[in-house]
Amino acid sequence: MKNVLGLVNIQEDNSLIRELTASRAVELVPFAGRYRLVDFTLSSMVNSGIGHVGVMLPDRPRSVLDHVRSGKEWDLSRRHEGLFYLPSVKVERESREGDLKNFYANADFFEHSDKKYVLITSGSFIYNIDFNALMDFHIEKDADITMMYHVEKGENTGKNAVLEVNGDGRAEDIAEKTVVYDGSKMSLGVYLMEKRVFVEIIRNAYEHGGNDLLVDGIIKNAGKYKIYAMEHNEYVAHVESMNAYYKSSMDLLRYDVWASLFMGKNPIYTKVKDEVPVQYKEESEVKNALIANGCIVHGSVENSILFRGVKVGKGVKIKNSVIMENCDLKDGALIENVICDKNVVVSKDKWLKGAPNYPLIVTKNVTI
Amino acid sequence: MRKTECLAMILAGGQGSRLGALTKKIAKPAVPFGGKYRIIDFPLSNCANSGITKVGVLTQYKPLELHNYLATGAAWDLDVRDGGVFILPPYAREKGADWYRGTADAIYQNLNFIELADPEYVLILSGDHIYTMDYAWMLNAHKENKADATIGVIEVPWEEAPRFGIMNTDEDGRIESFEEKPKEPKSNKASMGIYIFTKDFLKKYLEEDAVLEDSEHDFGKNIIPKMLNDGARMFSYAFEGYWKDVGTIESLWQANMDLLQEETPFDLQGKWKIYSSNPSMPPHFVGADASIKKSMISEGSMIEGEVTNSVIFPGVRVGKGAKVTNAVVMPMTQIGAGATVDYAIVAQDCIIKDNVTVKGEPGAIKVVPEGETVA
Repeated sequence: MKNVLGLVNIQEDNSLIRELTASRAVELVPFAGRYRLVDFTLSSMVNSGIGHVGVMLPDRPRSVLDHVRSGKEWDLSRRHEGLFYLPSVKVERESREGDLKNFYANADFFEHSDKKYVLITSGSFIYNIDFNALMDFHIEKDADITMMYHVEKGENTGKNAVLEVNGDGRAEDIAEKTVVYDGSKMSLGVYLMEKRVFVEIIRNAYEHGGNDLLVDGIIKNAGKYKIYAMEHNEYVAHVESMNAYYKSSMDLLRYDVWASLFMGKNPIYTKVKDEVPVQYKEESEVKNALIANGCIVHGSVENSILFRGVKVGKGVKIKNSVIMENCDLKDGALIENVICDKNVVVSKDKWLKGAPNYPLIVTKNVTI
Repeated sequence: MRKTECLAMILAGGQGSRLGALTKKIAKPAVPFGGKYRIIDFPLSNCANSGITKVGVLTQYKPLELHNYLATGAAWDLDVRDGGVFILPPYAREKGADWYRGTADAIYQNLNFIELADPEYVLILSGDHIYTMDYAWMLNAHKENKADATIGVIEVPWEEAPRFGIMNTDEDGRIESFEEKPKEPKSNKASMGIYIFTKDFLKKYLEEDAVLEDSEHDFGKNIIPKMLNDGARMFSYAFEGYWKDVGTIESLWQANMDLLQEETPFDLQGKWKIYSSNPSMPPHFVGADASIKKSMISEGSMIEGEVTNSVIFPGVRVGKGAKVTNAVVMPMTQIGAGATVDYAIVAQDCIIKDNVTVKGEPGAIKVVPEGETVA
């Protein structure tokens, strides 16, 4: 994969997951106790041997810069190549939405890169993929563009591209849908193509008034290019809505999902915080949970995920919840079906309860 | 290049023979401690937190895993322009090669390295103590006292004083005499094995000592007594806080257990972070039938059984129905379903098969050495 330029698309489209994205791009939403969504695709690229990776910066880039920084944690802080940022460029009288304008603004940069291929991925998918298999597939099929998909089980809401793929792997139809049904082939937002094709697509699409890479660049060109799609049949989630976030978080409490995402030969990297191992105290009771380092647990935790540095007081009961970094749950608090963003303080003996299919969301830095 | 004011040298070459099976394959400073750390993380983190960025680590006994662990020093944020972690094993010269024959000889053999760094002061540390300390304060005291040498001391219980090197000082902290393991101690100020020397002063004594045939080339036995004898300005620097020598199986086990107390005598979550090379592992997984009490558990572990009063390192598996109590279980070890581990230290990469019992008792901690399978 030495001749591949990686591009991580960060779109900041947060309409369906607003509560967690007031201060950050959706791709930077915390996930799985210590990660951010974007870690999964960045780590997959690096583990596949891609050493030159561009990260798209949204208009409000702080959350991205603060997390990814020099790229050191992904081994991308290199003397040559390594990590680079693609800033969003404000063009005068430009009111277009979508990711295409950012790609277009950086088109000369792609053009000058000496890589033969580009691999474009989205930062809001959860997966652990070795892209070498994708490259083999792409070459074997002699494709212009190769995408990846996952066969969905059950219904999934949120904006997703759904593919129709024939027996040979050729994508016969690509459509953007708001609901994905059982058995649909959901696109993973992964596109592998020659850089030449990529630059041609973004120039052409943008200059013809396009907004969106998928819609205006790929879907509208479906007749012009040979588009193939390869299946990825391990765990995948697309965090496009609050529901999807909650559901995929709960998925991690299945040992097979946890093990396949994190404990295989390719680790997922993230910003390191040097936290102390979890301290369980005398009265702690924990069942079916993921608990990140830096937590101190006095109370009980069931079917839940605790991020780094969460304090669980005496007599606290946490059930079916996701509690993010540095939350402080004081003695006697009861918490069920709740997603707490970072730094939430729940005072002594307070009760917080959401519905099983509709979690209560507590925004960042709130004291209850 | 900015001048290095104080260079740290960590003595990490000892065999640690009192740790027996735990140091069969690795040097003592590389022995895991506290659920994710290794012993050497403590002096290294102290250096980083004290603003000392240039650190030499003197290695000799089974150094490869330690070298591998230290790497560029990035884990402790020491990979900076004018600093770094420098691994210093014995090396060959024109007239052959010598092993490090003692603590003083190890520093003597690296005088060239010290001259390259050209510091004003040299801080000498050992790689087998668990504590957090701001060496900057000690260095200030050294400068204020216009001392030739400053030795870190801690007050130990009087009945334990005969096990230590004891400093007898006047009220200003100036050291009047030093006794190694005195039967009838006159003071309870024990040397912590932490020394700051003014560089030129140290160099002179090391060079003099190196040519003495009957010297053991040891700081405690030879260098310090000689300096005192010559009337050098030597001061003690009193340290208050948790400081534990983890040189034996019992003390290593006890120091791990200390972390589990409701009011822990040593708070890893204090104002200073202890840095460590972090494995890229997810939050640990607790199964539906698990029970965890009074324990520390690290990333990447998978707990399905019962863990009580134990320290569990990254990547450990505790199977269904297994009972782990009063134990220290080091990285990547697997404990099978229904197994029992009690009063034990299980080293890294071990396999305890299903339904097997590994049982020690207080005062006789059972050790399973690295990589063993217990069936």
